[in-house]
Amino acid sequence: MNFGPRKKAQNRDVQVFNRRILVAIVGMLALIGVLVARLVYLQLMSHDHYTTLSLENRLRVLPIAPTRGLIYSRDGVLLADNRTSFLLEVVPEKADDVEHAIGRLRQFIALDDDQLERFRTEIRQRRRFDTIPLKNNLTEQEVAIFSVNRQQFPGFNITGRLTRYYPLGSQMAAVVGYVGRINEAELKRIDTADYSGTTHIGKEGIERFYEDVLHGTAGYQQVEVNAEGRVLRVVERSAPVPGRDLHLSIDTRLQAAAIDTLQGRTGAIVAIEPATGAVIAFVSNPSFDPNEFVNGISTKLYNSLRDSPDRPLFNRALQGLYPPGSTIKPMMAAGAIETGVRQAGDRTYCPGFFRLPNVSHKYRCWQKAGHGGVDLVRSLAESCDVYYYALAKDLGIDRMHTLLTDFGFGVQTGVDLPNELAGLMPSREWKKRARKQPWYPGETLINGIGQGFMLATPLQLAYTAAIVANRGHKLSPRVVSRIENPATGEVEQVQPIVSPPVAITKPEAWTAVVNGMHEVVQGARGTARATSVGAAYQFAGKTGTAQLFGIRQNTTLKNEDVVKHLRDHALFIAFAPLEQPQIALGIIIENGESGSKAAAPIARALFDAYFLMTGYDDASG
Amino acid sequence: MRLGRSGNLLVDLHIDAPLVGGVLLLCAVGLSVLYSASDHSLEVVGKQAVRMLTGFVSMLAIAQLSPLRLARWSPMLYTLGMILLIATAIVGTGRGAHRWLEIGPLRFQPSEIMKLAVPLTVAWFLSGKLLPPRLSMIGASLLIIAIPGAFIVEQPDLGTAILVMAAGMLVLFFAGISWRLMGIAAAVGIICAPIAWYTMHGYQRQRIITLLDPSADPLGAGYHIIQATIAVGSGGWSGKGWLNGTQSHLEFLPERATDFIFAVYCEEFGLLGVLVLLAAYLLVLIRGITIALNAQDGFSRLIAASLAFTLFIYIFVNMGMVTGQLPVVGVPLPLISYGGTSLVTIMTGLGILMSIQTHRRFIVES
Repeated sequence: MNFGPRKKAQNRDVQVFNRRILVAIVGMLALIGVLVARLVYLQLMSHDHYTTLSLENRLRVLPIAPTRGLIYSRDGVLLADNRTSFLLEVVPEKADDVEHAIGRLRQFIALDDDQLERFRTEIRQRRRFDTIPLKNNLTEQEVAIFSVNRQQFPGFNITGRLTRYYPLGSQMAAVVGYVGRINEAELKRIDTADYSGTTHIGKEGIERFYEDVLHGTAGYQQVEVNAEGRVLRVVERSAPVPGRDLHLSIDTRLQAAAIDTLQGRTGAIVAIEPATGAVIAFVSNPSFDPNEFVNGISTKLYNSLRDSPDRPLFNRALQGLYPPGSTIKPMMAAGAIETGVRQAGDRTYCPGFFRLPNVSHKYRCWQKAGHGGVDLVRSLAESCDVYYYALAKDLGIDRMHTLLTDFGFGVQTGVDLPNELAGLMPSREWKKRARKQPWYPGETLINGIGQGFMLATPLQLAYTAAIVANRGHKLSPRVVSRIENPATGEVEQVQPIVSPPVAITKPEAWTAVVNGMHEVVQGARGTARATSVGAAYQFAGKTGTAQLFGIRQNTTLKNEDVVKHLRDHALFIAFAPLEQPQIALGIIIENGESGSKAAAPIARALFDAYFLMTGYDDASG
Repeated sequence: MRLGRSGNLLVDLHIDAPLVGGVLLLCAVGLSVLYSASDHSLEVVGKQAVRMLTGFVSMLAIAQLSPLRLARWSPMLYTLGMILLIATAIVGTGRGAHRWLEIGPLRFQPSEIMKLAVPLTVAWFLSGKLLPPRLSMIGASLLIIAIPGAFIVEQPDLGTAILVMAAGMLVLFFAGISWRLMGIAAAVGIICAPIAWYTMHGYQRQRIITLLDPSADPLGAGYHIIQATIAVGSGGWSGKGWLNGTQSHLEFLPERATDFIFAVYCEEFGLLGVLVLLAAYLLVLIRGITIALNAQDGFSRLIAASLAFTLFIYIFVNMGMVTGQLPVVGVPLPLISYGGTSLVTIMTGLGILMSIQTHRRFIVES
């Protein structure tokens, strides 16, 4: 074998390689030396210094939550307050035996199984040195008893914090709403830095809509804490900016009067000042106590509220959808004159029913015997259906859609409350899109008396009443009238949001409509003539009765024959006084059967209350 | 002269006992520190254990291939790696940086492949030639190193780029490139440093500034280093004890399960623990160097030495970073940091070492 030179070369390679390995090992050991030297410096020579840093001098930045703005009513009643509430908290690490301690604690403080269950789950999920809440809203007595026996309970502590409180409870729940613990979804939406010290956020109503205004801006303090996390001293502090206060246009006296007039019946009432759009009463009945939601409602109570057939959690005034029934007749009448389809004096003959040409189906008037010859004013006063069947046929659904949309049906009013529903104003396109069907002529007729597909919220009814009261001027309903900075006293007036007026340009149209609505309550044969008896002021209204299910041809049903939840809804829209109206109303009594008997008297009672009230403080009148 | 089997079952299975022993020891340390760093999360530890198992399988599998075959496949692996790197540059994902490539359910960093492919290819390229390499050979090798290096720097992932290029350079170093040449390169490097400064990304510059003066930005970029230094320093000689590190448990320490896990280790086990850990690493490193010295052909020698010392570089860069001696470049601590990609790469590298050791031809002198 002869690979002499090759082998020689290879040997030389190996020699070079081995030398290089040696160099690398030396380099490696040198670097390890540097590393160890550094560790010796850090861990032995500077150990005390870093121990101090680690154990005693930890700087922490603690957020300071801003104080939430307060909410007041127009008459100066506090609607949402921040109250100190006492919270019992536990640091498991510092307690000897949590379960045993809780056993002893129950002698002094009532703890239900729900609370304990929640507490135990949190103990398992969180770390030993975290603070875990055990019980909210301790009474003063509980605080006192615990304080006396505190030495028996290491690791247990009572802390005070501000909690939202709604003094009027259920009375204002539909408007003010409530705050609750921040949840996952909200965490993604909010600026976490600004909310780092905040536990609650507006969930419903004004509390939610004006969250940005009410919340304020978080402050920070840099503190030195020891190993146990106890704050030793504050190094630096930047104060939080408190949230601003809200003053609502709601008048608690009118609100209370409105709830009284309902006498426990299910329904909704909205009162608006036509000139400003200010909402002065906003009732959804039955209601609930918003205080229950602030610190987490118990499952049992929540289920009972949710499953109650009266649906107290449902905000009827804002989200309840009802067929508006005859309450749309004034708007129809205004459109009739504006378009020239009718003059105020034109008469339509009412034999008690209406027929489309070549169709046998009878569209019935509520007055079976018929009204005879009916002009516009009388059609409103007596709510003649046949007049409006004929009018609807002449106007056609397209013009009706434009007209009624202009009066606010099928679109949000733009009120400053969250999750407002728009209702439904049907059209050919809507039907094609939603139902995949063409529009039938008969549907135009029943839409002419506010039945069929059409749906409106009580807020929309009040809004449309205000538009008529304003003779076409449209101002979006506003609940908040001014925003005040409690620190600086700076006041910001919330300006009304004005939309272009309704396209009814003929003055005689408004005159006829207002006359008709006046006749409703004043006329000898007005549907709500009983309402105005003895009133010191003039007012206008329109009754409505919304059928909840179809009645077969040629049959008559008395409401007594119908189970309660299928009985007709009673509706009423109204405004007063006749000249320069100050208040407009939208009222719905669910299953109230008759607009004139159930809903109209409420309007009268509220007008009385309102004028009695404004007599007391002239400034707002 | 006769080729024979070793007669040793472990060698026949291509397992190198000291290497596997060292790796198992480090994995055990890794899982226990991770348990502490993850706030006692068995889920995290379990996930990491599964990744370690994957790494082991990969390690054993690669050990079954002979070094000859590995050498032949190197350029193909390199080509594949390049294709994937280019693909990443075009369709890659990642927050603010294109590092990840997603193919179906798979999601990985092609730069990881290059950690092995670059040294393998350089070793393959040089092994057939006479050593020390001529200038043209060196130039070609540098090209093999620099092309993927440039792509990875562009991603931008400076830490990985340095590691990939270091692995390739180590091969050149062991191939016997002359000291004079290295001196010239170093001089050029020093002159070019200011130019590099201006081509760096803002966050990379920031890391170097922060390294020099961490107190300049205590709540921002310097926070990692300050908190890590406090954790390491407060550990002292014997540490605060397993699961008792306050720095880590009170969440002062960021990235405490991944790149900064060494700080948790230092806090809980002290200098004594660090020395034990270094000893365990040295066991693996020395075994790797021994394998390189015993290797029977040029390719094996070069790749074995490169892999052994690259592993050391990983360890040193990570520990240097945690103790505030090197910039925070995002290099995990081998076999201990939480994360799967680099773990599998390192174990595969160790598999190559096992392959070299266990495929030796036993020459029996007659």
